[in-house]
Amino acid sequence: MSTVEIRNLHKSFGRLEVLKGIDFTVESGQVVCVIGPSGSGKSTLLRCVNLLEQPTSGTVVVGGVDLTDPDVDIDAARRRIGMVFQQFNLFPHLTVRRNVTIAQERVLKRRKDECDRVARENLEKVGLIEKIDAYPPQLSGGQQQRVAIARALAMNPSLMLFDEPTSALDPELVGDVLSVMRQLAEDGMTMLVVTHEMGFAREVADRVVFMDGGVIVEDGPPEQVIADPRHERTRGFLSRVLHPGV
Amino acid sequence: MSAVSEQQDTSPAEPRKGLSPRKKQRISRGVQYAVLVVVLVVLAALADWAAIRQSFFNLDVARQGLPDLFTVALRNTVIYTVSGFVLGFVLGLVLALMRLSSVAPYRWVSAIYIEIFRGLPMLLIFLLIGSLPLAFPGFELPGGVYGSAALGLGVVSAAYMAENFRAGIQAVPKGQMEAARSLGMPHMRAMVSIIIPQAIRIVLPPLTNQLVSLLKDSSLVLILGVTAAQVELAKFGNDQSSTFANPTPILVCGLTYLLITIPLGYVARRLEARQGAGR
Repeated sequence: MSTVEIRNLHKSFGRLEVLKGIDFTVESGQVVCVIGPSGSGKSTLLRCVNLLEQPTSGTVVVGGVDLTDPDVDIDAARRRIGMVFQQFNLFPHLTVRRNVTIAQERVLKRRKDECDRVARENLEKVGLIEKIDAYPPQLSGGQQQRVAIARALAMNPSLMLFDEPTSALDPELVGDVLSVMRQLAEDGMTMLVVTHEMGFAREVADRVVFMDGGVIVEDGPPEQVIADPRHERTRGFLSRVLHPGV
Repeated sequence: MSAVSEQQDTSPAEPRKGLSPRKKQRISRGVQYAVLVVVLVVLAALADWAAIRQSFFNLDVARQGLPDLFTVALRNTVIYTVSGFVLGFVLGLVLALMRLSSVAPYRWVSAIYIEIFRGLPMLLIFLLIGSLPLAFPGFELPGGVYGSAALGLGVVSAAYMAENFRAGIQAVPKGQMEAARSLGMPHMRAMVSIIIPQAIRIVLPPLTNQLVSLLKDSSLVLILGVTAAQVELAKFGNDQSSTFANPTPILVCGLTYLLITIPLGYVARRLEARQGAGR
């Protein structure tokens, strides 16, 4: 069963066409990494999956629901789609606990003790239960991103979107976030990850999608797309990423 | 070649024509002190100190104002100010949300309201409110003078606070709204739970300054015609000074205003500094 099904997706910002007809699917339980040069449209594609960006045309079907249908309750649909941002976007005025419970309480209408139990469970999962009463600005970037992952997981999503989750982190903090994501993948979460971490893509992804210029250039298992790319543009990009300065 | 470089080397050390900048500065400072001393001496010589003390620092007259100065006048000033602030806060927040609405007519209504009420003197607003019963016979604002005062101070401060709130809401990073929406929060819920609490923190310093100017503007309540029990600081001082034919109470009331406005201004500056330091 496909969790995500995108058909002929176009997205323009004014006269700038960022996505020029994207077709692709993510099967349930799959981890798909989207790679590509900056400006290739990969973040825009991800943001179209939960309609943070309104597609110009085409359809985005998630869990059997066509999100581009104007009659769809987009808030209800987003509850099933977790999103992790490059800049974490934790709520700085709320404690870690409140960051993880507020949407459970206000959106899912869970009981307070239930919210708290779920928050603890997910903070445990990302290894930050001891920071439950801290405020986000007191945490390192890596810790903030792990809290952001816990916050998304607390909504019991069936799909997780990651928008360059480690790009804003100091190099020594990247590992902790990636290992949380790796654990999540092993637990069978469906994940769509925009990333520059080729090591993560190679080891964890079931499929790697290479985007350039608003189209999908190559789509296949990592051993093919990363290790043996067929397309010249993929080869050029990978040699710049894997061997910078050569 | 060597002659040229020698000339260049010696030129900075050559004595200048006229005074050096440092000397000029010293003379200028000396002149400023001299002017200050002369002004003080002249003032001291010309002023009638006994008359000044009798008029403005008359402790006997000042004592007559107690305890009503605090229990009636200051109390009423605070009531007028706080009620006007609360009304202005709520109305201002609504206007700010209207100003940022995706529904164009809301934006227009809010923009027109803000332009009008920022452009009118507070005194004129109070004159208008005072004449409401004339325009609508039988109409009476709830709360009498207290209601009218809250309305006058509220509708004007709402216009200023709306602009503060709008700036504050726009200063909250876009990612906050995106994160809230991606958790399935509807737009309004995200505004109330995530954006507005952060916006209020951002606009705390300008809101404190708004409170200070409301406190001063509450003196205009006297236009509404108040009873002895409803009197606020400025009118209280004025009444007392007519009673005793002595302006000391006006000065005392002024000091009472400063008792509140100076600490509030200090709080506003502290909040500003803390914000500048954080994030």
